[in-house]
Amino acid sequence: MKKLIALLMVLTLALPAIALAEDMPVVKIGVYEPASGDSGAGGKQETLGVQYANVETPTVEIGGVTYKVELVYADNGSSTDKAPSAAQELVSANVSVVLGSYGSGVSIAGSEYFKNANIPAIGLTCTNPQVTAGNTHYFRVCFLDPFQGTVLANYAFNTLGARTAYCLAELGNDYDVGLVTYFQQAFEALGGTVISDTFPTNNSDFTSYLTNASMYGAEVFFCPVSIAYSTQILQQASSQGVTFPILGGDTLDSNVVANAAKGTELKVVIDTFYQEGANPDFDEGFKSWLNSDATALANNGGNDMISAVSVMGYDGYYVALEALKAAGTTDSAAVMAALPGVVYTGVSGEIKFDENGDAVRTSAFVKTVDNATGEWLFVTEQQVAQ
Amino acid sequence: MTKKTTRRPSRAAILSFIIILAIYVLVFVAEQVLPATSMLFTVLKKGATYALVAVSMNLLNGFTGIFSLGQAGFMLIGAYVYAMFTIPVADRASVYQYFNGGIIQFTLPWFLAMILAGLVAALFAWLIGLPVLRLKSDYLAIATLGFAEIIRAVFQWKELGPVTNGSNMLRLFPNFNSFNITDADGHVVVYLSTIVPFLIAGICIGLIVLLLHSGYGRAFRAIHDDEIAAEAMGINLAHHKRMAFCISSFFAGVGGAMLAMYQTTVQAKSFTTAMTYEILLIVVIGGVGSITGSVCGSFLFVACSEWWLRFLDNEQFIGSFQVPLLRNGFRLVVFSIIIMIVVLFFRRGLFGTTELPDLFRHGRKESALK
Amino acid sequence: MLWNTVFPYLLSGISVGGQYALIAIGYTMVYGILRLINFAHGDVFMVAGILMVYAVASGMPLWITVPLVLIVTSLIGFLIERAAYKPLRSAPRMSVMISAIGVSYTLQNLVLYITGGLNKTYPTIPWISDTVEIMGAKTKLVTVVTPFLTVILVVLLVLLINRTKVGMAMRAVSKDFETSQLMGIRINSVISVTFVIGSFLAAVGSVLYFTNYPTVIQTSGAMPGLKAFVAAVFGGIGSIPGAVIGAFIIGIMENIIKGLDVILFKAGIISKPLGLATFSDAFTFALLIIILLVKPTGLFGEKATDKV
Repeated sequence: MKKLIALLMVLTLALPAIALAEDMPVVKIGVYEPASGDSGAGGKQETLGVQYANVETPTVEIGGVTYKVELVYADNGSSTDKAPSAAQELVSANVSVVLGSYGSGVSIAGSEYFKNANIPAIGLTCTNPQVTAGNTHYFRVCFLDPFQGTVLANYAFNTLGARTAYCLAELGNDYDVGLVTYFQQAFEALGGTVISDTFPTNNSDFTSYLTNASMYGAEVFFCPVSIAYSTQILQQASSQGVTFPILGGDTLDSNVVANAAKGTELKVVIDTFYQEGANPDFDEGFKSWLNSDATALANNGGNDMISAVSVMGYDGYYVALEALKAAGTTDSAAVMAALPGVVYTGVSGEIKFDENGDAVRTSAFVKTVDNATGEWLFVTEQQVAQ
Repeated sequence: MTKKTTRRPSRAAILSFIIILAIYVLVFVAEQVLPATSMLFTVLKKGATYALVAVSMNLLNGFTGIFSLGQAGFMLIGAYVYAMFTIPVADRASVYQYFNGGIIQFTLPWFLAMILAGLVAALFAWLIGLPVLRLKSDYLAIATLGFAEIIRAVFQWKELGPVTNGSNMLRLFPNFNSFNITDADGHVVVYLSTIVPFLIAGICIGLIVLLLHSGYGRAFRAIHDDEIAAEAMGINLAHHKRMAFCISSFFAGVGGAMLAMYQTTVQAKSFTTAMTYEILLIVVIGGVGSITGSVCGSFLFVACSEWWLRFLDNEQFIGSFQVPLLRNGFRLVVFSIIIMIVVLFFRRGLFGTTELPDLFRHGRKESALK
Repeated sequence: MLWNTVFPYLLSGISVGGQYALIAIGYTMVYGILRLINFAHGDVFMVAGILMVYAVASGMPLWITVPLVLIVTSLIGFLIERAAYKPLRSAPRMSVMISAIGVSYTLQNLVLYITGGLNKTYPTIPWISDTVEIMGAKTKLVTVVTPFLTVILVVLLVLLINRTKVGMAMRAVSKDFETSQLMGIRINSVISVTFVIGSFLAAVGSVLYFTNYPTVIQTSGAMPGLKAFVAAVFGGIGSIPGAVIGAFIIGIMENIIKGLDVILFKAGIISKPLGLATFSDAFTFALLIIILLVKPTGLFGEKATDKV
């Protein structure tokens, strides 16, 4: 019944928009997300958050005029060589602001194109510091890798009691390599030992890397890799019967990963932006929307479990709307100028940008997989002074 | 272009020259008039880059008959050398963030870096050529392909990080937009970001055309037609093959540097075999053995994949009727089918072995180059 | 001590080597007859994986899906040859090779379109997916099954080639294409049989491979395909036992390289990891180039002479 009410509410919100769409001016928001490739699954979940927010709030009042918000999608294919065309596609569509991307490498690869066109971009879950460092057009609503690396290193050292950590990253993936580096710095500062390895893109045989970890006597296996690789690592770890816990970053927060760990004896621990249940209103609305739309449900991996990346997409959309309102125009340069002043309290907490354009975040949620049900369980909320 | 056949430039050569000049003027004017965000300029920039690389591959595969699949590897070298030597010193700390700013602490002007990019690629080609060029046809193809993969792994190795930045991205080096002339406020006064890549590619391709009309070029073609006969005629096979391989790699290196400028970032990960295949398909579409074909093929290929066929990737409605099949990836399916049709039924490609001036010579289609 | 360190890598290597062997046979047979590097072969292997994903998802029981996938893949191999290689029979070898690259590009893009470019999880096949323990190293049963199955299939294949009429025709065609045509051998059917056998073995290989590494995406076939080709060259192209031995060597070496840091570390040769695992793919190609230069005919290949 509750779901039905939520659905009706969404519909009543959406209906006037459809009726008015005819003679309403349009403001375009670019969605720069991977829909294919290694990060495709994550990119789709992040896009879902944006889409849901767009269904919920399809219009925005800018300078006294009500605009219809149109989402323009560009698939960056999870790869840095396809990113330029995708970014250029959004630029040529004259979007006012860009949301995305999932994955830091593609965000950096597209950055220069947005900069040249004077279009601001709001990073949703790209956590590498280099995305916003040294520029004025890239903003971000999530926490950063140095923070995340410290959180995970503290957890591994103090809670899991690990003294030797084995880290695995994909060659040439800025997110993986960056996070491993920050984890290593923090873990070694605590007095632990870190051994790190890399695997080539499209690798599917992880058995030898898992063996490496055992051989080094690792007490924790840190693999902050994309969903595609992490599911394979979990499956192969399970059949090798590894005993060390597997630790991951925010990319692993996906029902796809949880499913891979279901029915195994693996201990999987990750950190993330949002814990399901923290905002029941959002959870309920989002779930009923997912369940009412078959395509959306399929893009979410087949069930209605909420990924933190969807929440970031949702919050990012509202931050973009706030910026548009504050700018009072759809001109992208004005939106860029307005963004640093935006303060917005979203589902994931308060979003306020510092001088780099990064949202100030001080806490991360640590979660683990319930091996029986394949669901994420809340473990703790870790605070680290940034 | 055709000074070997007639002393005075022929009518065909003059006409060709006028057409090329007109294209350059048109590009320059279009850039000043049309909005800079137009997809047209993306296509032109990337097209010019691919044109150079395709011509360099054609020099090897089409004219000399050395079937090499190492193009991506040489482009990678070019792109890296260019990027490594042009990142401003002030930005190195942030680019080489895991390697304390790297060990290269100076910058070269962009054109020097570009020439160096070509030279280093040629040097690698010379080294690789020593063993590999002894091999025949498909063995050579697979060996060069293997070398490209090895080069990629070497550049990604973390122990070389202070030089190559390991497997991480290189960025913040001057790109095509750096050529635009801006006033004090940062507003662009004269747009040069498309015409400069056109000029670079044009000069390089011009050099290749001159080479092909020299004694070397005739020797290359002789090797292509019949290796054993060419050797019997006194052509030093090893020497000429090595020359062709190094020259082709030089221009592939310059093309790689241009690709770096186009992409604004460089990462070894993206220079895969798939990139080589793409360039090979451009050469085939244009016509193996035609420079004009490779150039036109590149622009056509890039325009289709980046611009004209993009609509196939999105759901389209005619009225309320949803066009079936259209969704992400359909563009590439259509593309592959077109390519297969060309490969199977139009084996000569767009131009066969015809060049631009030949189009104005009635009835003597293959005179200039045959 | 050292044995205990090396053994798990050896085990992974033997398993993946067996799977490469099944792909390599397709390369070596086609090359033996047509002198064509069938670049699309690795993608046929990948397509077999995708077919299985969709067949199982459609709800068919496993005893239907496995044979179905094997048959359909063989059919695809047959169709590819008829559509893309047969029309080019008289064309230069380079044209056929380009056509093969085109087919590879087409297959990958088709799968990209169908799957939406997302990883598909390979269905779990009972029994061979069970975990077993050998000398302290845990692994899937498929790891143990693969080498045996590979050897059995190879023996059957060698029997087929040496003892049957089709096999004799194949040997004749690979010895001398034109003469055998003059002797009344129906070249086209011999070639078709070759492609069917090659694709069938690739499909078997794909079942084993993806059971071990259960994710399929459009690029899944590219690397295994190239490695299998290298294995075929290593063993001497045209030689089936050569391809199999080459594949095992490459599979084992590749996994040893991935663990080389550990092995050297444990043996006390290096004091800190050097990241040598980066070269696990590159090594295969280095091996290829070395063998081409030192012994271009491979381990068991026959000497070919140039004709003027």
